[in-house]
Amino acid sequence: MRGFLKFVKKETLHILRDSRTMLIALLMPVVQILLFGFAISTEVNNVNVAVVVPKWDEQIRQSINKLSSNPYITYKGAIAEHEIDQNLRSGKVDAIVVFAHDFDRLMTQWKQNGNGKAAMQFIMDASNTNTAQAGAGYLNNILAGELMQSNSLVETHMLFNPQMKSAFNFVPGIMGMIFILICAMLTSVAIVREKETGTMDVLLVSPVRPLTIILAKMTPYFILSCINLTTILLLARFVLGIPMSGNLSSIIVVSLVYLLLSLSLGLLISTIAKQQIVALLISAAVMIMPIVMLSGMMFPVENMPAVLKPVSAIVPARWYIDAMRKLLIQGASFGLILKDFLILVGMTLALLAIALKNFKDKLE
Amino acid sequence: MDTSTLAIEVNGISKSYGTVKALEHVSLEVQRGEIFGLIGPDGAGKTTLFKILVTLLNADEGNAKVDGLDVVADYRKVRSRVGYMPGKFSLYPDLTIEENMEFFATLFGVTVEQNYDLVAPIYKQIEPFKKRRAGRLSGGMKQKLALSCALIHKPSVLFLDEPTTGVDAVSRSEFWDMLHNLREQGLSILVSTPYMDEASRCDRIALCNNGRVLDIDSPQHMVEKFDGKLYGIKAHDMYALLKSLREENSIANCYTAGEYHHLLADSGFDAQAIEQRLVDLGHEELEIKPIVPDIEDVFIKLLSNEQH
Repeated sequence: MRGFLKFVKKETLHILRDSRTMLIALLMPVVQILLFGFAISTEVNNVNVAVVVPKWDEQIRQSINKLSSNPYITYKGAIAEHEIDQNLRSGKVDAIVVFAHDFDRLMTQWKQNGNGKAAMQFIMDASNTNTAQAGAGYLNNILAGELMQSNSLVETHMLFNPQMKSAFNFVPGIMGMIFILICAMLTSVAIVREKETGTMDVLLVSPVRPLTIILAKMTPYFILSCINLTTILLLARFVLGIPMSGNLSSIIVVSLVYLLLSLSLGLLISTIAKQQIVALLISAAVMIMPIVMLSGMMFPVENMPAVLKPVSAIVPARWYIDAMRKLLIQGASFGLILKDFLILVGMTLALLAIALKNFKDKLE
Repeated sequence: MDTSTLAIEVNGISKSYGTVKALEHVSLEVQRGEIFGLIGPDGAGKTTLFKILVTLLNADEGNAKVDGLDVVADYRKVRSRVGYMPGKFSLYPDLTIEENMEFFATLFGVTVEQNYDLVAPIYKQIEPFKKRRAGRLSGGMKQKLALSCALIHKPSVLFLDEPTTGVDAVSRSEFWDMLHNLREQGLSILVSTPYMDEASRCDRIALCNNGRVLDIDSPQHMVEKFDGKLYGIKAHDMYALLKSLREENSIANCYTAGEYHHLLADSGFDAQAIEQRLVDLGHEELEIKPIVPDIEDVFIKLLSNEQH
């Protein structure tokens, strides 16, 4: 045990003295969380809207008032009908509301009967589908909201994330990525570095089981990841305002399993790669890409083509991100993420078994 | 220490990398308390033999024992009894001298203090700089640190793979003094080097080339049993001289060797007649004299014997 601690100390020194890597490892989660939380978001926060009014009346003024006072809408004024095309093409506005010339009468009819002819038209610039869709939704809510709610066939409630904040969606994704990066990439590179510099030869020619040394190598990265886990959870809770309604100990237990899984993956990569650059490439090509593309972090698994779905099922991050979404945002109980948890445990055991079987204490 | 067995015993070891034969039926024995040198150019298979003996590689054929233990069956035991210094500098450049020493001591379950006496003559020379990181040391200091780390667990057999490559002449000479010092303390040492001039510092040597051992003997004996007359010859234009000499029939071999060309006499060799012919060919400042062969001459002769 004394020996083991000495080995851990040695690895810690390696990390501490490589200040650039350590800085990256500690700052990366903070930067990513803040970046995805604030700068890069898929939310539509501002829709530029102009109106076309053939005949002004009190009803239309009220509607325009509602529009211009909404924080998500910037009211750009009234334009003539022939200016519609030019305004949309030049990008001055994202949406145009065209009121009917007998708007007042049609609205009154709607309010009385709950049906009638269309009273207004939304013309959207759909070159950005995301903005167009969100914008149409906003306009619908603002201008026709009261009518829809009292009479609509469908009533929609956005549970868990009523404002549709994209940060809620990204935090679990970032967690899924960061731990793979730090545990798998950094550890595999650190182990392969010993092979590349030849120190592994000297380590092997000693009575210590190389596995002991490798476990000692993983320990500081494990601790580093635990620090990152804490940072991410604190930032998510207090800066991004994510509800974290799930049980904190469930969040931690699932995360710890995921850390172990990442470490096993790193060990496996280190048994394959002989050069640090190879380890890096494997980590980047085999891990980062699938995590971003296939884990459901960015694109929903349900939307994937049938051939990609099974591939996505073997990406560990998919299950972790799923579990974290349920725990952090929905406040699900442990029972509801049991499937995710068991899959993660199974994957960890399998990876560890393959890695250990692959691990050789000779050079060939 | 068990003195009844040999320190190293190699029986018919062969090893190939794909189609390249790195070692072909190599056999040798290293006695207890002996400095045994593997002498040969790059590609002779020295490093491969080292890796087999320190249990990093398995041989394709043959067997070997280190400290009486089979290097395949008892590889774990072998690992705790040997000290290994690979050819490449294999310490942690980002750790200090002191931290490297402590780490390698821990690796073998000992402390630096425990075996300080053994490493002291070497370690004392670098101890004043013990807070300095290993990556910032000079070649000679790195080599001393690597040797100290290989010795810290008091191994019974020491494997030094080209320890003097890339080290200046003074440090090299000092290094050999240190090895003799260690031998006095009962260590058996297998050392490899591409420098022929270092052969004389070994008790016995194996000359090797292309994966084969050409001869094994003490350096003195090897030189003594050199049969054939060797001459040193020089002239103003050394290159033209070499070309002229290669035209001669009575010369078995001639090659550059520093200031003089060395030539090995064949049957019917007449130094005076050759000198006269060379003068006739226009060579100036000609000088020819019999010389005593050194290990390099022995090596070249063995090599040409093998080729013919």
